[in-house]
Amino acid sequence: MSQAEASPAGPAPGEVLLKVDNISLSFGGVRALTNISFDVMKGEIRAIIGPNGAGKSSMLNVINGFYHPQEGTITYKGETRRKMKPHQAARTGIARTFQNIALFKGMSALENIMTGRNTVMAHNPFTAAVYLGPAKRSEIHHREVCERIIDFLEIEAIRKTPVGRLPYGLQKRVELGRALAAEPEMLLLDEPMAGMNLEEKEDMCRFILDVNEEFGTTMVLIEHDMGVVMDISDRVVVLDYGRKLADGPPDQVRNDPDVIDAYLGVAHD
Amino acid sequence: MVDATVASAGPERDTLPKLLMHNARIRPTLPAYREKDYGIWQTWSWREVEAEIFRMAAGLAELGFKRGDRMAIVGDNRPQLYWSMVAAQVLGGVPVPVYQDSVADEMVFVLEHAEVTFAMVEDQEQVDKLLECRTKGARVDHIIYEDPRGLRNYREEGVHALSAVLDSGARRLGREPDFAATEAKQGSGADLALMAYTSGTTGKPKGVMLTFDNLLTVARAAAEMEGLSERDEILAYLPMAWVGDFAFSVAQAYLCGFTVNCPESGETLLIDLREIGPTYLFSPPRIFENLLTTVMIRMEDAGSFKRRLFHYFMDHARTVGVALMDGRPVSLVDRLKYWLGELLVYGPLKNVLGFSRIRLAYTAGEAIGPEIFDFYRSIGINLKQIYGSTEASVFITVQPNGEVKPDTVGRPYPGVEIRIAENGEVMFKSAGVFAAYYKNDEATRETKTDDGWVHTGDAGLLDGDGHLKIIDRAKDVGHLNNGTMFAPKYIENKLKFFPFIKEAVAFGHERDYAAAFINIDLEAVGNWAERINLAYAGYADLASRPEVYAQIKDCVEKVNADLAQDDLLAGGQIRRFLILHKELDADDGELTRTRKVRRKFVAEKYAPQIAALYDEQVSEVYCETEVTQEDGRKYMIKADLRISPAKTFDPVRKAG
Repeated sequence: MSQAEASPAGPAPGEVLLKVDNISLSFGGVRALTNISFDVMKGEIRAIIGPNGAGKSSMLNVINGFYHPQEGTITYKGETRRKMKPHQAARTGIARTFQNIALFKGMSALENIMTGRNTVMAHNPFTAAVYLGPAKRSEIHHREVCERIIDFLEIEAIRKTPVGRLPYGLQKRVELGRALAAEPEMLLLDEPMAGMNLEEKEDMCRFILDVNEEFGTTMVLIEHDMGVVMDISDRVVVLDYGRKLADGPPDQVRNDPDVIDAYLGVAHD
Repeated sequence: MVDATVASAGPERDTLPKLLMHNARIRPTLPAYREKDYGIWQTWSWREVEAEIFRMAAGLAELGFKRGDRMAIVGDNRPQLYWSMVAAQVLGGVPVPVYQDSVADEMVFVLEHAEVTFAMVEDQEQVDKLLECRTKGARVDHIIYEDPRGLRNYREEGVHALSAVLDSGARRLGREPDFAATEAKQGSGADLALMAYTSGTTGKPKGVMLTFDNLLTVARAAAEMEGLSERDEILAYLPMAWVGDFAFSVAQAYLCGFTVNCPESGETLLIDLREIGPTYLFSPPRIFENLLTTVMIRMEDAGSFKRRLFHYFMDHARTVGVALMDGRPVSLVDRLKYWLGELLVYGPLKNVLGFSRIRLAYTAGEAIGPEIFDFYRSIGINLKQIYGSTEASVFITVQPNGEVKPDTVGRPYPGVEIRIAENGEVMFKSAGVFAAYYKNDEATRETKTDDGWVHTGDAGLLDGDGHLKIIDRAKDVGHLNNGTMFAPKYIENKLKFFPFIKEAVAFGHERDYAAAFINIDLEAVGNWAERINLAYAGYADLASRPEVYAQIKDCVEKVNADLAQDDLLAGGQIRRFLILHKELDADDGELTRTRKVRRKFVAEKYAPQIAALYDEQVSEVYCETEVTQEDGRKYMIKADLRISPAKTFDPVRKAG
């Protein structure tokens, strides 16, 4: 899988890819996010953690345009916007997975992953209906990309299985596959390990690290499991009641007194 | 046409590298290897395989691989790993395949013992394991990996991508086009071809040294006898470290020029089996059992018309199918009915299983249940048991076509002699007899006599037709305190033939009576529990259910009734048993990597539970065991195990 779709003007590894400034979001009287600012460097694994209701999912939804913040700006690849729109986010290389799996239950794993190619498919329904020449070639190309993802995620055995019949851990993996199919520059993962057993979590960690390493994909992930977060992320943002508590490398965050009070309860070591 | 089928002997074809060149010459475009990758079967012809192997050999030479060097092979069945074995042989080196699921501690022993300096491995998991072995004292200067995923940032010394090795090999061949071919021609049949480590039912593994002559002579005799040819197809899915896989997927494949198909992954095996439809298949009994269990479970869920059709024709197959297979007379009406059954049931069933094209299916390793055995034979699959060992380069005896008796392992292969020693142990002699155990002269002397006879360690007997019948491991055959013969394996196999029982361990040597541990089969018992609406939380919970105990008790009593038929073994009936709360597992050291029970280890580990089996006052025993996960981490599980008595039967006196 190449990053051919990435725009040539994109930042180099280590530079800021995404920056959110003073984001505030409220639903009626409920303040979900208050003055949140942080940035994401290209190629890093960035975690957002916090207790229940801290605003983690809202933050992701702001980044990919599901929610529109009342205040603040989002700067992505040097372009500053008041708000993102979901299709803008998708077109410019942001893909995501959901906390509650959002797959097409009746379709096979392969078909689900193919839907992730939607943003990079060029042909229209008419040429696709004739299925000759370019349409056929591009279909074969897309299938090849999907097969590489299947190979990468080691889900060959369930390629043709309807996802509704798969166990939870595998559905999560298919969802990751669909997000990867868009060849994203930045991947938003909403609790990729929720509800998994230890072995599934370890597999998922491996995949996240491998995706990051192989494709250079920038990752923003929300996670509850502290062990996982501390092990795999480069930098961590801590949210609590919609406010930013701390921001920095895992070790620094772990020892931050505010964080210990609010979230961890006791120091891990 | 020199030889369209099995390559004949002679100094031009006495090693695998020479056979490779022979195949590339006489059948250059025929498919040699296939692997399913990215959802498509990718094919390599013999000519392409020769080019790949030669490049690999040249690349290895560039890294300093010399004549006599040992190369460990670790991974699933991948064409590149198979090629690397022959590439090492081209340079006069020796491949040492290692079980890919062994943990680093087990691997370190083999690597050190075999003085391995090179390793060809599949992926990151294995690279990590070998690097860990290095810290534990194994040398392994060069580790070459096939799949680069996750390995981009490894900076350890001597870790190479296979693609880089192939590139450097191609450059070497550019300078010296004949390099690999010249090297290959230097080998001879008496050279060491393979070091196969025995799975080690007892103690540390032993390195069995096999020469090309050993491997090729018996493999050739077996292939000729069974009429294998270049048109055959096999599926390579058994562990590469097992010598049988080498004999079928390498030695016989090169001798006959047939196609070796590598599945996409372990989990897709059944899909791949169906897509390929092999003509020649080897499977341990448990795979045939699993397939049958799956079929039966799915039939239970089918509509009533289909179910009745299935059972009607299966009953018919049971009565005449085996006779048809063996060429015995069958009435015309029965033949017509069987033909109809083939059309409606057997044919589609074989197609679903991927057995439509099977000409020859072998099973070995463990005894296969007579019902399972007859099931496959009755629907027209030529399933035969063979008996073999690493020390024999696999082939010792086989059930001859038309003369298959389910309870024997048949007659010796051409060129193999067998005899029964005075203590009942089976001994054999053939061209396949191993050279020696590596660095273990004592074990070699114990196993191989001066005139070339090898002790198998199995107790057996020859029946009236010269068929060999294996009873048990010779050293496991014991006696109860009252002097009755006690053959644990024999009892365990009888127990394991019940679908509910996955594994059993029988005790009785120097005891008052026989007793047993039982492992339930989660799939079969779980499915049954679902049907009778029995809710359960997991393996341990299900295993402790009184309903399950009742089912297992039933099985045990059936075995007892069966044992009572046999004067010799009637005293060995099981009086008490318990169901274990965890599956016996190779990771916990309870089974060998080939899934055989390590009796001594189990006896030590579960000593208090065994003591409870022999204390008739006790009806429940506490058990705390350590479980090792695949990654080597351990945790404890605890349970109270119930002990159940079982009914025994008086020996049946035969009339007269």
